[in-house]
Amino acid sequence: MLTIADKVFNSRLFTGTGKFSSAGVMEEALLASGSELVTVALKRVDLKSSEDDILSHLNYPQINLLPNTSGVRNAKEAVFAAQMAREALETNWIKLEIHPDPKYLMPDPVETLKATEELAKLGFIILPYIHADPVLCKHLENAGTAAVMPLGSPIGSNKGLKTIDFLEIIISQSNVPVIIDAGIGSPSDAAKAMEIGADAVLVNTAIAVSRDPVKMAEAFKIAVIAGRMAFEAKLGAINTYAVSSSPLTSFLDD
Amino acid sequence: MTDNFTALFNTYSWEETRQSIYDKTALDVEHALGNNRRTLEDFKALISPAAAPYLEQMAQLSRQITLRRFGKVMQLYVPLYLSNECNNICTYCGFSLDNKVRRKTLSPMEIMQEVAVLKEMGYDHVLLVTGEANQTVHTEYFKKVLELLRPHFALISMEVQPLNKEDYEELIPLGLNTVLVYQETYHREDYKKHHPKGKKSNFEYRLETPDRLGKAEVHKMGLGVLIGLEDWRTDSFFTALHLSYLEKKYWKTRYSLSFPRLRPFSGGLEPKVEMSDRELVQLICAYRLFNEEVELSISTRESIVFRDHIIGLGITSMSAGSKTNPGGYAVEPESLEQFEISDERTPGEIETMLKEKGYEAVWKDWDQGLVCK
Repeated sequence: MLTIADKVFNSRLFTGTGKFSSAGVMEEALLASGSELVTVALKRVDLKSSEDDILSHLNYPQINLLPNTSGVRNAKEAVFAAQMAREALETNWIKLEIHPDPKYLMPDPVETLKATEELAKLGFIILPYIHADPVLCKHLENAGTAAVMPLGSPIGSNKGLKTIDFLEIIISQSNVPVIIDAGIGSPSDAAKAMEIGADAVLVNTAIAVSRDPVKMAEAFKIAVIAGRMAFEAKLGAINTYAVSSSPLTSFLDD
Repeated sequence: MTDNFTALFNTYSWEETRQSIYDKTALDVEHALGNNRRTLEDFKALISPAAAPYLEQMAQLSRQITLRRFGKVMQLYVPLYLSNECNNICTYCGFSLDNKVRRKTLSPMEIMQEVAVLKEMGYDHVLLVTGEANQTVHTEYFKKVLELLRPHFALISMEVQPLNKEDYEELIPLGLNTVLVYQETYHREDYKKHHPKGKKSNFEYRLETPDRLGKAEVHKMGLGVLIGLEDWRTDSFFTALHLSYLEKKYWKTRYSLSFPRLRPFSGGLEPKVEMSDRELVQLICAYRLFNEEVELSISTRESIVFRDHIIGLGITSMSAGSKTNPGGYAVEPESLEQFEISDERTPGEIETMLKEKGYEAVWKDWDQGLVCK
């Protein structure tokens, strides 16, 4: 089980709500995924309406909503968006996304850190979407983040774990949960992320754009469980012993 | 994450930890050798008796990792003993309060006499050492010493009594770069036995010193235990645990480890546990395999043969030409030493030896100008 802030999750697969062909398909897929934390873009939901198409399909006791600030371009806008979400959705959880770059949607580290500092003071549970930058992760920890969400590769690219070397460093030194977000394109990517010790993964595009989102959601569910089990059981070592012609320890026999 | 190491430390039992190390098998060792990112459980396997037949493999890997990370350089440092006054009773130390020797604390003029000799030897990195005598060797004294030394050394380290966070915060802007504080042993009961009197008898205060240093944002800190007081494998595991905790929490700080083996001194204590040269090599390699970035230091307590061969196996810094008595370089060369040293070669001779092995002796690896407080 995974604990973030004061909440315990049975599932380590978090999901998103974008790109589905209909809200009905989205609902079915998310239920098949077993996900207990689902992110929704503030820019896509009608906060004033209780009949909103996306929100009305997410009304399950096991599903926690994680509003995200996608669309904002700086810390100031992000803080405003988070306050708006707290009021409308009655949750102090926020997925902090600040990507001023419309082409690759690369997260802005400077503004993300600033926003985290601000939001922590305002009592938010912050899950920032960031580049796989180990130093930034430590700064965010100091600023009071509840978790870090480094990217595996660019958002929506399905390219997998291109940043794996840096993800491993982040995982090895983090004091908060590490959730690999963005770029995970297949269940094997998700399993790999879990095998290297990620606490959870967030998957949206790979499920939403597959030919059968419901079946794919279930495949991800199984892959995340398998990856976590492998991590806990410890993978067998890859042996690459050095062979030397001149022993380094023979002086001990003299 | 907890606010200090004691909370984490208290979740461990010495006996259970010891047993789990001794229960490690050859399979555990092979697993640890084959892993790229080694865990604390892997470290236990590497220091366990089961790892003894794998020593050459460990040494080869340790050498590869060290060369990749540090290259063929060796940092040199020299201790400057400022005082042998001490209010503590430590059963293994020549400065112990109950040891009837003449006490001395160097005056500013005497310090400068010592400095002149050290500069002549070529040093730019000095390690200040004292006993614990809070009436004479206190923060104000250290402030004066730092003022005196700062113009003459690029890097100033300190191995004195544990201080409060506020003391460290006063000393760091004055040029204090590195603080070494050895736990001596993580065995709580034995610690009390070896430190029956004085401020040092407070186990927790010492255990939490690295936390205070981390909070004061010291540039580098050194950890270690005194090998010989207790089971070295268990003590070393707790050192590794402490290091891992600190690295994650105080991530801007650099870390170093030392492995002092109990040495003879006036009125000395026999080691409870003997550690062979082979075991010391095992420990050094295990630390390197566990942590690729930590600096590993070896002092002149070790023999010439051992020191010459350990270069290239994982060590990244060493002392040379050391005197372990206040005034030992110029003021009073014949006064009582804290412990006997084994390698009496001059720094010049050490530099030549390093050169013959293809290594460069590094005398300066830091400049105070880089730190703006």
